[in-house]
Amino acid sequence: MRDVAIVAFAQSDCVRDAGARNEVELIMPVLQEVYKQTGINSAQDVDFTCSGSCDYQQGAAFAFVAGVDALGAVPPIKESHVEMDAAWALYESWLKIQMGQAESALIYGFGKSSPGELPIVLSQQLDPYYLAPLWVDTIAFAAMQARVMLEQGLITEAEMAEVVARSRKNAANNPHAQLKGDVSVDELLAEPEYESPLRRHDCCPISDGACAMIICTVEKAKEWGKPYAVIKGIDHRIETHHIGSRDLTQSISTKQAAEAAGVAQGPVDIAELYAPFSHQEIILRRALNLSDDTKVNPSGGVLAGNVMMASGLSRIGEVAMRLINGEGKRGVAHATSGPCLQQNLVTVLEAQ
Amino acid sequence: MAQLAAVVGVGQTKYKTKRGDVSIAGLVREAAQNALNDAQLTWDDIDAVILGKAPDMFEGVIMPELYLTDALGCNGKPMLRVHTAGSVGGSTAIVAASYVQSGVFKRILTVSFEKQSESNAMWALSNPQPFSPHLNAGAGGYFAPIIREYMRRSNAPYDAGIKVAVKDRLHGAKNPLAHLQLPEITMKEVEDSPMLWEPLRFLEACPSSDGACAMVIANEDLAEQSPGKPAWIRGAAMRSEPTMYAGREQVNPQAGRDCAKDVYKQAGIDNPRKDLDCAEIYVPFSWYEPMWLENLGFAEEGKGWELTMSGATSLLEGGDIPWNCSGGVLSSNPIGASGMIRFAEAAQQVRGEAGDHQVDGAKTAMGHAYGGGAQFYSMWIVSSEKH
Repeated sequence: MRDVAIVAFAQSDCVRDAGARNEVELIMPVLQEVYKQTGINSAQDVDFTCSGSCDYQQGAAFAFVAGVDALGAVPPIKESHVEMDAAWALYESWLKIQMGQAESALIYGFGKSSPGELPIVLSQQLDPYYLAPLWVDTIAFAAMQARVMLEQGLITEAEMAEVVARSRKNAANNPHAQLKGDVSVDELLAEPEYESPLRRHDCCPISDGACAMIICTVEKAKEWGKPYAVIKGIDHRIETHHIGSRDLTQSISTKQAAEAAGVAQGPVDIAELYAPFSHQEIILRRALNLSDDTKVNPSGGVLAGNVMMASGLSRIGEVAMRLINGEGKRGVAHATSGPCLQQNLVTVLEAQ
Repeated sequence: MAQLAAVVGVGQTKYKTKRGDVSIAGLVREAAQNALNDAQLTWDDIDAVILGKAPDMFEGVIMPELYLTDALGCNGKPMLRVHTAGSVGGSTAIVAASYVQSGVFKRILTVSFEKQSESNAMWALSNPQPFSPHLNAGAGGYFAPIIREYMRRSNAPYDAGIKVAVKDRLHGAKNPLAHLQLPEITMKEVEDSPMLWEPLRFLEACPSSDGACAMVIANEDLAEQSPGKPAWIRGAAMRSEPTMYAGREQVNPQAGRDCAKDVYKQAGIDNPRKDLDCAEIYVPFSWYEPMWLENLGFAEEGKGWELTMSGATSLLEGGDIPWNCSGGVLSSNPIGASGMIRFAEAAQQVRGEAGDHQVDGAKTAMGHAYGGGAQFYSMWIVSSEKH
């Protein structure tokens, strides 16, 4: 596989409610930002465009169609869309570059969750015959997962609180974060339970926003003359949908994707993990076999702000930008989808 | 450089108004199992699954690929979900092909489906969008004014659409999987059917169907070892343009013209009417046959209806460029799968596997899909010959 360069990344602020701003208005600023970083004018200047979004967040069919209005797709462009997190739109674009059909690609993800009640909306992601009619929401599922881990002695509530305290502290340096600040483990543990054993702070916030990225061949990056990080490996795996058939205390599909992406082939300086619940960060750290030397979620991760359908791509962008800025030599980014980490994507990146 | 890839297995379900005998999982499993059987493979032979379907509101299941992974034997493998509106079945096939053409995967399964009976597509397509005028029209209401403009510009006879409606249903009667089985249909019957959206009558519109379509796509080595005849992918292209912009040509959209030009160039097609043996083109409303004949370069602008009226696109009339021998979207429309059915039927023609609707000796065929406000396009050309 050839190396693929990430030359630009931009993300909006994570906000609880973007108000009257529509999808196009959420996307436009991040697109403009990545064009500026790359030194190009529009989507006409890349060979392929791919986006990720979910109709049910907005509550209307074809959320992505409005997105095309943000692209200046006149004359027509080569474009595609996944009904997934935009990290998978990156994967589709990466394949296009591998097959030689594109030298460069624009990827973007967006989500406006504020019009609905996200945890309940996502309950309709479940098996429509046996699970969806129960309206089990995402938080309830995550709470069951945390409960299993606590009861098996695999984590403690203090370890969960440590994840949150570190996220809030790291997020203080992230201008896009929704939740940040200095808070101690003791203070967090003094908070009441929300959906037992989870406290509110164990759950990611709900955010509106967007992000965008430009990738290209290494040759093209050199031609553009911009600094870049490279994707050395990328892989994604899914596991059974049936919660009762899974060992919820680990993430098999993350392990499989990490193996295929080559995570273990070198030290990992930085990792950004898509862990919407505090205990899931611990599961992911273990699945990726990260050492104590790895800086995990320096942005604060999604506990500091979670734009559904964009957060996965943002994890990859966060790592890439930090590598470009010299904060490390090798990094790992992770994206997830589905209840209790059902589907996972792992990317290995290197500084140049 | 892109590596060679070929369709080595095709599976479809029977299309009908309501497949009450199967769940959504049962429906996709049926198509996928048929494709594996056709390729004489098992689930273990598949490296990844690429799933496509139209809006999730058509069944009320968000991102159903999560739930369908078990039914599609995908646990422990990569699963990707494509959604590009009505063109999605075609786009999904193209994305799936890129898994193999990139050299990253050897053999993959791609599936697309719609179980329209679970919901109401007219509602799902017309629910109010924030910050936009509410168009409570469904697809037919959206396209009718564009068709009227085509008729005005081209001076087409009023019954060109009726002719397509009859022709595609007579083709469909040769395809046991087609939803509508109307072997006795006449021009008069179509003309007498209720007017839905002037000039589209009830029998000039596609049905609402449940169904799924699947293909196994393999790399050159595996395709050559495959027991059946492979359909080599000679070209694949996609184009998108916005729904609305000042000066947009809606009757003969540029995105369609550009996409066709791209795919013809890849496949070495100079004259599509001469160089192709048949085509499966997304015609959900009768008048889109003459309109796409022009958009895709099979006829000069304003002359597409002449081809239709002459019988050139009819298999039964011995036309030189039969369109939609399977019965097309006018005979079966599980929306998310409809594009992939076009791509798969094109493959079946060049594999010689199209049964009673086979075009004798077909070597090269085109599959086409479009979606949104006629703004998203996906096309491929498959051939019995590698080069």
